[in-house]
Amino acid sequence: MDGKLIVSSSPHISSPVKTKNIMLDVIIALIPSLIASIYFFGPRAAVIVIASVATCVIAEYICRKVMKREQTIGDLSAVVTGILLAFNLPSSVPIYVPIIGGLVAIVMVKQMFGGLGQNFVNPALLARIILMNSFPVLMTTWYPSGNFGADTTAMASPLANIATGNVDALPSYMDMFIGNIPGCLGETSALALLIGGIYLIARKVISPIIPVTYIGTVFVLSAILGQDPVAQILCGGLFIGAIFMATDYVTSPLTNKGKFIYALCCGIITCLIRVFASLPEGVSYSIVLMNIIVPLIERATVPKPFGTVKEAK
Amino acid sequence: MAKQSSGLLGSLGFVKSPGAPVPHRKHTSACETVEMPVPASVTIVMSQHIGAPCTPCVKAKDQVFVGTLVGESTAFMSAPIHSSVSGTVKKIDTVLMPNGTKAQAIVIDTDGEQTVDPAIQPPVVNSKEEFIEAVKQSGLVGLGGAGFPAHIKLNPKDKIEYLCINAAECEPYITADVREIMENHENVLYGISQVMKYVGIDKALIGIEDNKPEAIKLMQEKTAQMSNVEVVTLPSRYPQGAEKVLIEQCTGRQVPPGKLPSDVGCIVMNVASVGFLGGYLKNGIPLTTKRVTVDGSAITEAKNVRVPIGAPIKDIIAFCGGYKGTPAKLISGGPMMGTALMTDDFPVLKQNNAFLAFDEAEAKSLEPTACISCGRCVNACPMNLMPTKLEAATIYKRVDDLKKYSVMTCMECGCCAFVCPANRKLVQSMRIGKAILRNAGK
Repeated sequence: MDGKLIVSSSPHISSPVKTKNIMLDVIIALIPSLIASIYFFGPRAAVIVIASVATCVIAEYICRKVMKREQTIGDLSAVVTGILLAFNLPSSVPIYVPIIGGLVAIVMVKQMFGGLGQNFVNPALLARIILMNSFPVLMTTWYPSGNFGADTTAMASPLANIATGNVDALPSYMDMFIGNIPGCLGETSALALLIGGIYLIARKVISPIIPVTYIGTVFVLSAILGQDPVAQILCGGLFIGAIFMATDYVTSPLTNKGKFIYALCCGIITCLIRVFASLPEGVSYSIVLMNIIVPLIERATVPKPFGTVKEAK
Repeated sequence: MAKQSSGLLGSLGFVKSPGAPVPHRKHTSACETVEMPVPASVTIVMSQHIGAPCTPCVKAKDQVFVGTLVGESTAFMSAPIHSSVSGTVKKIDTVLMPNGTKAQAIVIDTDGEQTVDPAIQPPVVNSKEEFIEAVKQSGLVGLGGAGFPAHIKLNPKDKIEYLCINAAECEPYITADVREIMENHENVLYGISQVMKYVGIDKALIGIEDNKPEAIKLMQEKTAQMSNVEVVTLPSRYPQGAEKVLIEQCTGRQVPPGKLPSDVGCIVMNVASVGFLGGYLKNGIPLTTKRVTVDGSAITEAKNVRVPIGAPIKDIIAFCGGYKGTPAKLISGGPMMGTALMTDDFPVLKQNNAFLAFDEAEAKSLEPTACISCGRCVNACPMNLMPTKLEAATIYKRVDDLKKYSVMTCMECGCCAFVCPANRKLVQSMRIGKAILRNAGK
C-alpha cells in the first residue's frame, strides 16, 4: 500500500442532505406562491422578487468580502431571504423598497450578527417591520388582484376591513383560499402556500408542529374571541408566517416541545394584536417577538437524557 | 414486546424519531465465510479487552500451538489471550495500537500446520462457578466491539431477568453477525441455553433488524419449540445494536446514565460471543479466530473471512484481492463508529468485526459550515441529548454546560454527525467535551 490514509473521527459516512439542499427545497416550496403572485398581481410581482433576491445575494457577497469571511452565497440562504422579503411586500411598492429591505435583512439583521445561523430574528421579517414603520403608506396600499395596479383605486385588505368592522366588504372564502384578495405578493394564496408547506413536510425539511400549532391556535382563539375563524386564518400573513417564517431553523426552538410552545405563543400574540391592538395584522410582530424569546424557551425545554425518566411500564 | 416506533406521527414529524436512516450496504450478507490462508506470522497484542493488559507467559523460541495460553493477568478486569496459530515465538515486541497507545505483543512465526494444543479438552461444567471459570479460560470478550471480559459480564451481583442477544448489526456494510446466525445457529442456541442455565436467566430475547429476514426466519424456526427464547424483530434504524437502545427495544427498560445493563436486570451478549461460547463448551478451543467482513469501495472482492487473531490486516485484504485503486481510508469496524487506521500493518484483535477500505471519493471529509440550528441532531440523538448545544459548550470550554447537557451520556454512535447538514464534527466535539469535563474533575 502506498500513499497516506486519512485518519478522522467517526462517523465516516454522512447523510446527503446538506444546507444547500435544504435551502433549495425551501425555494422549490415557494414556487407555487411565486406563480400565484404573478398570476394575481402581474409581472410587477416578478420585478419585486427579482429586485429583492438580487439585493440580498449581492449584499451578502459584498458583506462577506468586506468582512474577509469565506463566501456563503452558495448556500442559497440569501435567495430564500430575498424571496420571503418580496412576498411580504405589496405589489405597488416602488423598486427602492425591496432594495432597502434586502439591505436591512442581509447587512443589518444577518451579517452584522455573524451570518447564517447567528441572526436572532428572522431577517426577512425584521426587514418587513422596519419597512412598515419607514414607509407606512406604501406598505399598506393594496390594489385588488387582477388589475395589476394600473389606474385602479387602492382598497383595504380583508384584515383591515375586519379591524374596522366593515365585514360586508369581505371576499368569499374561496377567493381568500385561492388568493384572489388584496394583500402582499406571496401571502394571499393560502392554497399555493399550503402546497409548499406540504412539500416541505414531505421532504422532512420542516416539522408540521409549528404550522399546525400556529394556525390551529389562531383558528380556535379567533372563534373564542368572536371573530370569523376561517377569515382569520386565510387572510393576512398567517399561512406564509406559519409555514415559512416561524419555521426558520435559526430563529425557532430545537426541540418538539419548544416548537409547540413557540408556535402556541405566536398564535396567541397574533390574535391579541389582531383583535385588541390598533394594527390589523400581527403575524410579523408575533413571530419576531417569539424569535427573541426562543433562547428562554430552549432553556426551559432541555430534553431529559435517556434513562433519566422512569417509563410507566 | 415493547417496540419503540414513532409510527405515523413520527414519520410526519410530530414526535421525535431517534436514530439515523443510514444506508445498509450489506453487500456481503449472502457471502459464506471463507477461511484465509495461515499468514507467515501473527502479532498477538496483549491488550484486546477493556481492563488490565495481559503479561506474556511465553518467551522467544517457545513452541506454541493453536489455543496455547500466551498471555494472562492476575487483575480482576482482564481476559487471557491464546495463540491463534502453531509455530514458534519470534519475539516479544511493543506495538503501536490504532488509538495511539502502545502495547506489548507476541510475534509468532507460523509453521502452517495449525496443530491444536494437545492439552485442550472440553471444559467440565457442572456449576455456576465452573461455568464462569470456563468462560474466563476461553478468553472471551464482548465480540461486538467493546471487548468487555465475558466472565465478568456473566457474573453480576444482581438478579438477571433477560438475556438480550445482540444480532441487530445496525452498522452499514458489516454482515459478520448475520453469517454467524446462518452458519453457526446451533452453537448460538446452545450458548444461549448454557448462559441461561448457569447464570440463572429465565428469558432470552434475540434482537435482529428487519433488513435480515433470512436470519429472523431461521432463528424463529429454530426457537419455535423454545418457550423461553424469543426473536425480536427490530426496525432497521441505526443504532438498534447500541446496548442501551437494544435493551429498551427488547424489554422496554431504560438503563440510566452511568449504570450497567445488569442494573435493570439485563445482560447483553453479541451473537458472535454467544455462538463462540456454545462451540467452546463443546470442544474447549479458546478464542483464536474471528469472522470479519471486508468491504468498501477500495476492496477488490468483498468477503466474510475467518481470520486468526493477530493476522496482519494487509494479509486479509490481500486475500480479498487487494485494494482496488488507492485506498484513502481504512476503517476497523463499521463506518458509523469504527476507528480510522493509519496503516494496514495492524494485527486483528478479538473485538474486530470488519475492515473497510474507502476510495478517495468515499473517504472525502466535508468541510463544516455554519450550524443552522435545524435540530436534526437533537431529533436523531438516541440518548435524547442536544449535540449542537454540546458542541458549542465544547468549543467555548463551558464546563457547566457540558455537565448540564449531559455530555457523558453520549455513546458516540454518530447519528448527530451523520444527519448534520452543515457537516459539523459533532462526535469529535463530544469526545473533546468529555475530556474537558474529566480534566475539570467534575
